[in-house]
Amino acid sequence: MTQIVTAPALEMRGITKRYPGVVANDGIDLEVRPGEIHALLGENGAGKSTLMNILYGLATPDEGEIALDGNPVRIAGPSDAIARGISMVHQHFMLIPVLSVADNILLGEETMANPIFLDRNEAHRRIVELGKRFGFEIDPEVKVGSLSVGWQQRVEILKALYREARILVLDEPTAVLTPQETKEIFEVLRRLAAEGHSIIFISHKLYEVLEIADRITVIRRGKVVGERVPSETNEDDLAALMVGRNVQLIVDRGESHPTEPQLVVTDLRVADDRGHQAVKGVSFDVRAGEILGIAGVAGNGQDELVEALTGLRKPASGTVELGGRDVTGTGPRDLQKAGMSFVPGDRHRFGLILSFPLEDNLVLTQYDESPYSRGFLRNDAAIHERAKQAIAEFDIRTPSATVSAGTLSGGNQQKTVVAREFSRKLTTLVLDQPTRGLDVGSIEFIHKQVIAKRDEGAAILLVSAELDEVMELSDRVGVMYRGELVALLDAPTAEREEVGLLMATGRRDQAALAEATTSMTADLHLAEGGAQSPTTGSDVPPPPPAAANDDDGSPPS
Amino acid sequence: MKLARRIYALSIIPIISVLLALLVGAILIIVTSPASQGELDLLLPIKAYEALLEGATGISFLNTDDGALAFAFSIDPDRAARALTSTLVAAGPLVLTGLAVGVGFKAGLFNIGGTGQVLVGGIFAALAGAAVAEQPVPVAVTIAVLAGALGGALYGFIPGALKAFTGAHEVVVTIMLNSLAAFVIIGLVNDIFKITGPTFARTADVGNAILPVLFGRDGNVGIFIAFAMVPLAYFLIYRTTLGFEIRTVGANPSAARYAGMSPRRLIILTLSMCGMFAGLAGAIVILGPSLGYYPAVFGTTIGFAGITVALLGRSHPVGIAFAALLLGGMNAGAPAMQIEADIQREIIDVIQGLILLFLAMEVVIRRLLRVRAESIAPEELQTVSASYGQGSTT
Amino acid sequence: MDFLYQIPVLGFVFQIVGYLIDAVVNTNLAPQTLALATPIALGAMCGVMNERSGVVNIGIEGMMLTAAFVGFMAAVIVDDAMPDAQPSAFFGFTPALLVGVLAAIGAGMLVSALHAWMSISVRADQIISGTVINIIALGLTSYLNRTIQPSGSAGTFDSFHPPEALVDLPIVGWIFNMFLSQGPITMSVIVIVIILQVLLFRSRWGLRTRAVGEHPRAADTVGVNVFALRYRNVILGGIFAGLAGAWLTLEFNASFQNGMTANRGFIALAAVIFGRWTPIGAFGGALLFMFSEALGVAIRSNPPPGDLGVWLSGIQASYPSIYNNSFSALPYILTIIVLAGVVGRSIAPAAVGQPYVKEGAH
Repeated sequence: MTQIVTAPALEMRGITKRYPGVVANDGIDLEVRPGEIHALLGENGAGKSTLMNILYGLATPDEGEIALDGNPVRIAGPSDAIARGISMVHQHFMLIPVLSVADNILLGEETMANPIFLDRNEAHRRIVELGKRFGFEIDPEVKVGSLSVGWQQRVEILKALYREARILVLDEPTAVLTPQETKEIFEVLRRLAAEGHSIIFISHKLYEVLEIADRITVIRRGKVVGERVPSETNEDDLAALMVGRNVQLIVDRGESHPTEPQLVVTDLRVADDRGHQAVKGVSFDVRAGEILGIAGVAGNGQDELVEALTGLRKPASGTVELGGRDVTGTGPRDLQKAGMSFVPGDRHRFGLILSFPLEDNLVLTQYDESPYSRGFLRNDAAIHERAKQAIAEFDIRTPSATVSAGTLSGGNQQKTVVAREFSRKLTTLVLDQPTRGLDVGSIEFIHKQVIAKRDEGAAILLVSAELDEVMELSDRVGVMYRGELVALLDAPTAEREEVGLLMATGRRDQAALAEATTSMTADLHLAEGGAQSPTTGSDVPPPPPAAANDDDGSPPS
Repeated sequence: MKLARRIYALSIIPIISVLLALLVGAILIIVTSPASQGELDLLLPIKAYEALLEGATGISFLNTDDGALAFAFSIDPDRAARALTSTLVAAGPLVLTGLAVGVGFKAGLFNIGGTGQVLVGGIFAALAGAAVAEQPVPVAVTIAVLAGALGGALYGFIPGALKAFTGAHEVVVTIMLNSLAAFVIIGLVNDIFKITGPTFARTADVGNAILPVLFGRDGNVGIFIAFAMVPLAYFLIYRTTLGFEIRTVGANPSAARYAGMSPRRLIILTLSMCGMFAGLAGAIVILGPSLGYYPAVFGTTIGFAGITVALLGRSHPVGIAFAALLLGGMNAGAPAMQIEADIQREIIDVIQGLILLFLAMEVVIRRLLRVRAESIAPEELQTVSASYGQGSTT
Repeated sequence: MDFLYQIPVLGFVFQIVGYLIDAVVNTNLAPQTLALATPIALGAMCGVMNERSGVVNIGIEGMMLTAAFVGFMAAVIVDDAMPDAQPSAFFGFTPALLVGVLAAIGAGMLVSALHAWMSISVRADQIISGTVINIIALGLTSYLNRTIQPSGSAGTFDSFHPPEALVDLPIVGWIFNMFLSQGPITMSVIVIVIILQVLLFRSRWGLRTRAVGEHPRAADTVGVNVFALRYRNVILGGIFAGLAGAWLTLEFNASFQNGMTANRGFIALAAVIFGRWTPIGAFGGALLFMFSEALGVAIRSNPPPGDLGVWLSGIQASYPSIYNNSFSALPYILTIIVLAGVVGRSIAPAAVGQPYVKEGAH
């Protein structure tokens, strides 16, 4: 594709932003042309969000300058950015659930009938018209909280368009979307670009970036490491740029020697917080001495599955057996006693008490067991002793065992959780996103520990949205799609592309391949009655709860 | 050395807060001196605080006999004994209401219901005491005190259960329960439990259930009951697994669930326990030698003072004991101040409110005075106020 | 009509309804209810202004009490200075009363400003800030009242007397009586409630206020100044707490007594929750709460006919204190029931109680 060369809509030159101990952005240059979809690609913590916060006036750069249409500007804050035609769709939507679509869009940019009162009729007219122009009909009266995630994203985009944004920043817009919703949003973005809007698309998903972007800027550790055009690159090239070496981290996983089934799940059905069925009749077993990986796009029922298996959520029906014993519906405590260990996906919400000392966190799930308790009393000496041992064994970098867990880095926090959960007597291990947001060193360390546990004979269930991680560690791979386990493959023979296709479509035949590769015409409809979008159906699992986001180099507070 | 630094870091903000409150109180005393003394008296705060100190401890550092102010340090042993006794008597209930708030903080709960729990504990103790008035003293006292604790615990159980099962926020529920307790008890005492004889409506004498005086005019068993709760609470919170569970649910309810704890059970248990402490406070006030019955018109500020005590004591049982002694001393010294310096005793309420104000403003104090100190607000307080706008906890 | 009362069970209902209609239409119950509800409703408007913008306010009681005292003192001082001022025919306005009301409003705003500063800038715990205000207000007004011992009084506002013909109109006369036979502060309530209701849901200010109370970060990202708006709303809310205080000492009573708010600030908080954080709803809650109070008094002087009357009179004769206090306790019980979600849950604005910290401001 050839670009007509004009003055760039946005130019960021030499942007540097330092936080105590970290250089989040180190002399970043970024140029975005009018009508261009420009992807910003980078790992978690590479500095993408910091750069965009600077563009949006939420952070002030230490060095560097920004020019819009060739004119240097200083962006004082979000209102200033909006006034200059920059709008941002945040990864965690900035929408107010109890307000209507119209009110959400109007907020801050109100259409007034007179100096005091809003002109809702005029605003409604403009919103409906704007929606039509970009291919969707929307009811401005519906409360945002009752919309599906895909529609909420459209409201966010409408918010930007209502402000006549020329530069639209989308931060990880597809993280919470189903593949179908992703396609629909891409269609909207293409129309926007065709009308001359510039779009900055932040992502760490390679195939998406290749599909949607006109140009791709890759950043790593706060620096620009390359600029590419999709037609002249491929996933391997981008991945190498993004990670800085060959991404296929080779884990020496050796031979596995599976024996008897340890964790047996039969026709499990689980409802989500809103009462929709998120897991629809899933069956599998995990044998002692093997790793079963569950792959899937986030939000396809994995969270509910994990919560049901670990006792945090009561399943609607089906059974879970642990070592031959029916443990369906028992709480976390009983499962732990029965030999299950669980590394939760959100360590800040579940895995750790950030304000507590490290040593207390190291016994969080064993605090009432011997030797850490004697009767109803705590045994501080034993707890302290255990902490010293775990710190050495798991290489947790900390000044002492009594500092609060919140002061540790993400990697050391996760090592703390792993140290605790891997050290107990266990027969079954459930790992939910065990390396999300971690540095490569910690990832490698944890992967080695997982393999070691497998070789000791533990049955391991690994749930991860990172396909690479699942492929590397697992002996067998299951794929979750819309609440169902659509495939169970032997890892050594499974093709990565095949699994990816299953994740995206739930199928692997030629039709699915066609569906996944051709761009579909938009068949978007009004969200009837404010419920879910009909294109996704009413039984689509909702998005996972806001995940702990370790993105960006901002320091732990 | 390390311990000394730690004590400094922990206590510097409370100390500054108390000093600032006394300073603002002094300004108020000066400003109002034309009304209280008939003329502007810049030295009035010194006289007032000296009288307060003497009333609380028996220590005098002024000689005002001949009208002029002269520094003269003296301790009258008899006066000191009397003063310290009344300080201890006043501090006892405050220790308990302080624990009623402080222990709640540990579980991420803000128990504003101390007032209501004191009243319910008081009426339970009074009625039980009247019922066992003829029994031997140890039996009667034990039953009456335990009844008070039970009453308070029941009144703490209500907001606990409502929060655990319906998500109703304990702050609003306990505020409502405070008023409710007052109205219900007034009605009951006036119409059902009133005895004939006294000129005002009150319940029957508790007879042998009155707390035995062990020293001085009114140094009674209640003081020991109250202060005995301090090591008990400390032990419970920091040394037992239950305490660890309480602290965990206060810091992070989701993680508590993950660790296999039951936040519902802990919420109900903790608020019942808070209610028990406040109920005990009501019991030792009502069963104390100066009452021995429940008067229909019974108002008390010790419930709300518990909030000041808990924060001043950094939600730590030992800190709470010191804070209660300080506030108890102020309350005990107030009558002397009113008599000797002609300062209305309500100034004490103002000063105690100001202490709480400065404690709440700790961020400002730290910035202005550049002191390095640990934050006063318990971490768990964030769990409390942030949950106000949400429906449910678990 | 009497035959209707004879029907079992249903007849009892007819008796109650019949009595209520009679009491409302033919006695002073309606205007009394509105008058008693005035400080509750005004306090509740203060609460709505605060909590809709994301600030918990349990200090309404203290704000009202401070305003009542300051308003009263200001009026007494002006009255002493101008002993010859004659009350105007219009509500009995005197310079003293007018200054008193303005001083009360000023006091309410000043205390609110403290709460705003503590809650928004200092980021202190908002529940503690409210508690501080309640404790200091009670202590300070009691201390000053006893120390100064104000003598005399500036009197009170007069009630308006609507034309007899209007009040005597059949069926609707009581409505005129309810809203017109009132003092100026009581009459202003209905206007304030309607204006606030309309502004909250139809104006730019209202939209932004609700946004800031629900999701301040979202409001911030579209350029709404969260801090300024919260400050403004909390301080303006003080006007209503101030007016409620003025009602206590300049319209309803002509004197100040220690602790005279007598939990009205807490009932106002209850009304806010009962009315689901809307001005009209909170006003309705205040009316309902005070209707039960006023009805309790009305039944005493004029018991209903039939079994009901015998029954109620019996309770009242045997248990006068329980009888009276039951009516006073009702608001608290109703509020707990609503909070527990027994009859439809009342959910607070999502961000209430959380100080806002700008992104990146660690």
